[in-house]
Amino acid sequence: MEYFVFYGLATVAVTAALVVVLMNRAIYSALALIVCFGAVAGLFFQLGAQFVAAVQIILYAGAIMVLFLFAIMLLDPQSEKLSPDRLKQVPFLALPCAAFLAFVLVQMTFQWSAGTSAPSVVQTSGSLQMDGNTESLARLLFRDYLLPFEITSILILSAVLGAVVLTRRPE
Amino acid sequence: MIPVTHYLALAAILFVIGTCGVILQRNVLTMFMCIELMLNAVNLTFITFSRFLNQLDGQIFVLFVMTVAAAEAAVGLALIVILSRRADSLDVDQANTMKW
Repeated sequence: MEYFVFYGLATVAVTAALVVVLMNRAIYSALALIVCFGAVAGLFFQLGAQFVAAVQIILYAGAIMVLFLFAIMLLDPQSEKLSPDRLKQVPFLALPCAAFLAFVLVQMTFQWSAGTSAPSVVQTSGSLQMDGNTESLARLLFRDYLLPFEITSILILSAVLGAVVLTRRPE
Repeated sequence: MIPVTHYLALAAILFVIGTCGVILQRNVLTMFMCIELMLNAVNLTFITFSRFLNQLDGQIFVLFVMTVAAAEAAVGLALIVILSRRADSLDVDQANTMKW
């Protein structure tokens, strides 16, 4: 059951990500990206991070993607084909990407098959830290990480001001 | 029980797909969406290790990454609006001058 859920969500996520990359129209990419975020939110849920999964749906699929859709509707980008000179770069792109992926996979396989079997995602029951609920997360966020949290508000404020100043039409 | 490596491999694959998108696409908006995809892959790694190491700190970091992504989306889309207003195109290959 667990495997079915994981591989189903993983297939959906990877397929949607490929659609994002390969589509010519930005609107299709945006819709596929929402599907991908939804699948990853399901994985978060499976990993016991319920609050983060909900935030993922609300913030990414709700706020950021709506912003993207606004921009797409506003700017109405014509369909841009992947240009030939870009496609010529594919070998130069494929090599480092394949090397990176191979490195990561081999590293993980060997490192954890050398000793014991690959560590499973542990299912803890009694741990207070890891019940994944909002309460312990909030306790950590507002106590240990209070200063970064406050600095985040300054970041958002400056981002809002920056966006307003940048898009203002010159008189 | 799903091994932790499967989650990490999935995150790596998503990250690489996002990288390919940033390099292959010409449309600024789609490139930007691919950057969001890469950030999301990193978030998946954070959550996996948070689960694996039995600590909640990873989830806090994911919340911060999401906040930064939202701020980045606001500023980035503003820049894209300016670009399309000035160059009348969303093609990054057109944006090859330092000054208008």
